Amino acid sequence: MRIAIPDDAAAIACGADAVATAFAGHAPEAEIVRTSSYGMLWLEPLVDIDGIGYGPVTPADIPAILAGDRRLSIGPIADHPFLARQERLTFARAGLTMPLSLEDYVATGGWAGLSRARAIGPAAIVDDVTKSGLRGRGGAGFPAGIKWKTVAEAASERKFIVCNADEGDSGTFADRMLMEGDPYALLEGMAIAGLAVGAMHGFIYVRSEYPQAIAKLTRAIEAAADIIAPFRVEVRVGAGAYVCGEETSLLNSIEGRRGEVRAKPPLPAVEGLFGKPTVVNNVLTLAAVPHILADGGARYAMFGHGRSRGTMPIQLAGNIRHGGLFEAPFGITLGELVHEIGGGTATGRPVKAVQVGGPLGAYHPPSMFHLPFDYEAFTEADGLIGHGGIVVFDDTADMLAQARFSMHFASVESCGKCTPCRIGAIRGRETLDRIRAGGRPVDPVERLPQIHNARPTARNLAEEVALLTDLCETMKFGSLCALGGFTPYPVLSALTHWPEDFGLDPERRVAAE
Amino acid sequence: MRPISGAEALRSSVDTFDAIIAAHRDRDGPLLPILHDIQATFGAVDEAAKRHVAEALNLTRAEVHGVVSFYHDFRDTPAERPVVKLCRAEACQARGAEALAAKAEALAAGRAVVEPVYCLGLCAIGPAAMVGTTPYARLDETAFARLVEEL
Ligand SMILES: Cc1cc2nc3c(=O)[nH]c(=O)nc-3n(C[C@H](O)[C@H](O)[C@H](O)COP(=O)(O)O)c2cc1C
Ligand code: FES
Repeated sequence: MRIAIPDDAAAIACGADAVATAFAGHAPEAEIVRTSSYGMLWLEPLVDIDGIGYGPVTPADIPAILAGDRRLSIGPIADHPFLARQERLTFARAGLTMPLSLEDYVATGGWAGLSRARAIGPAAIVDDVTKSGLRGRGGAGFPAGIKWKTVAEAASERKFIVCNADEGDSGTFADRMLMEGDPYALLEGMAIAGLAVGAMHGFIYVRSEYPQAIAKLTRAIEAAADIIAPFRVEVRVGAGAYVCGEETSLLNSIEGRRGEVRAKPPLPAVEGLFGKPTVVNNVLTLAAVPHILADGGARYAMFGHGRSRGTMPIQLAGNIRHGGLFEAPFGITLGELVHEIGGGTATGRPVKAVQVGGPLGAYHPPSMFHLPFDYEAFTEADGLIGHGGIVVFDDTADMLAQARFSMHFASVESCGKCTPCRIGAIRGRETLDRIRAGGRPVDPVERLPQIHNARPTARNLAEEVALLTDLCETMKFGSLCALGGFTPYPVLSALTHWPEDFGLDPERRVAAE
Repeated sequence: MRPISGAEALRSSVDTFDAIIAAHRDRDGPLLPILHDIQATFGAVDEAAKRHVAEALNLTRAEVHGVVSFYHDFRDTPAERPVVKLCRAEACQARGAEALAAKAEALAAGRAVVEPVYCLGLCAIGPAAMVGTTPYARLDETAFARLVEEL
């Protein structure tokens, strides 16, 4: 009997370690292994006993399970509809292999991409990645092949590959699962990128909130050093700043500076880490590369929708019944994801809003559930897919409170370099507080004879809302990076779609939609 | 055990600073790894640490202070009680984190410090928290009280 229990942080948070210990006690003859997670998080700890799944398991359930009790069983795991509907390319090994086992990695096609990359050489690698249509999975969706070509063509004796593993967006955990569950795939992707552009040194910048990922990567780097050599990789640990996910801020952080955003140009591809040409790519972008190289870019490009090619590891989070990792070709609709796959809300109440793309992403009402998951479709609908996180809220959500949180978050995390973001976020939070109060009385300071540029009268709700809209405009067009620039998305989408939560006439919504 | 004098404690912390700095100084961008190790060893990056690091890396104290104060992770003084980082980001909010946070301080009952964190990557199984490197999920008031009790 083979009993596999995940050692992923989500499973551990749900008690997987205690379950593993208890199984060892109850079934001493069984082979107990710790594998990666399948990503069906509502079932964690999900125990795989010879291909049959049981979950969520507690130590108290174990004697009954071993005695043949099937009440917690979901049947053969591979046939579960949540998995059967997916197209797992980047997460092909999820749930199946032991994350640090080199034997498992090789047995599941590991290093095939790197071998082919070594055989075909830099120009052909860049060509294949370009052909695959792979776009950056960190948020901006920039074509990976074009970025690599720029770095490859830059003349410099030192170049770097930097993996952005700062994954600060609420509602996202795919980078974490990949680093914990399949760390060699990331190292293989980075080594291929190094070959393609002529870089010998890679950094993985991991947020400090991910200690399990840091530990796994550190061990994986040691174990695979000879395989990826002469390329070498080191882990750098962040220090709790969301903005360090922004690529230039991240580079400053690795260099040991305040994580302030740099003005672009120069692009990191030309002048990046320590001033050298640098590829900065998200974990999922780099981890998609071994598959692309092994099977060819053309195969990857066969999946997808419009200009969004390949598959996207989508993360279903928040108040959702079946939350977890769902890798699918682009084009699947928001409604399918939330209702058919996610099973609606965990509380059983109606869905009110879904925020797509993290704290800088828009809130969408169910009337937008026809939207296909695709970079362009979301941009056209005044939203973004970002890093692929979908956070579901039920009808108890207060959208004014959510809008206020967006401004609050931006004020806490602003790097402070540009004024629209540093000051705008605080003024935005204050304005939303006044909207909550329905306006504000006249301020005694405004009546002082020395004050010439303020109106000495009270402000009503409509005027405060106009002020908020105006402020959002300034932040959107005046901020140096998307932290200030995109915070208006969640704020204005909440205002547009749920005016009643702001004390406004619901008719406004009808006009907007 | 013989009590350690103030001067001895100072000397031993200076030795530790030096050992930490020596372990990283030849790396590209040594400052953040050094600050992380100092905080892991002493529980904080205090004024003495900043001055020492500045001198060793040939930076000004202001430069080091600027870096230390930028990042949420670094503390001026060690936390007096275990720190429970409770996630306050959107996906946990959607699962009731704000109601829990409102009670958290009372539930911690002086045994732990509750601090906000924005996302732990456990967003489908929130409300989530982390103590040291141990993650917790599916927290409600009972589970949170038990977590604190077991610290
Ligand atoms: C405020 C802010 C936070 C960001 N956070 C992340 C992040 O956590 N992870 C990430 O990969 N990209 C993040 N990005 C996007 C990066 O700047 C950059 O576009 C990305 O790392 C490029 O890699 P890719 O092309 O593979 O997506 C962030 C951007 C901004 C403005
Ligand atoms: S939002 Fe709380 S863990 Fe991600």
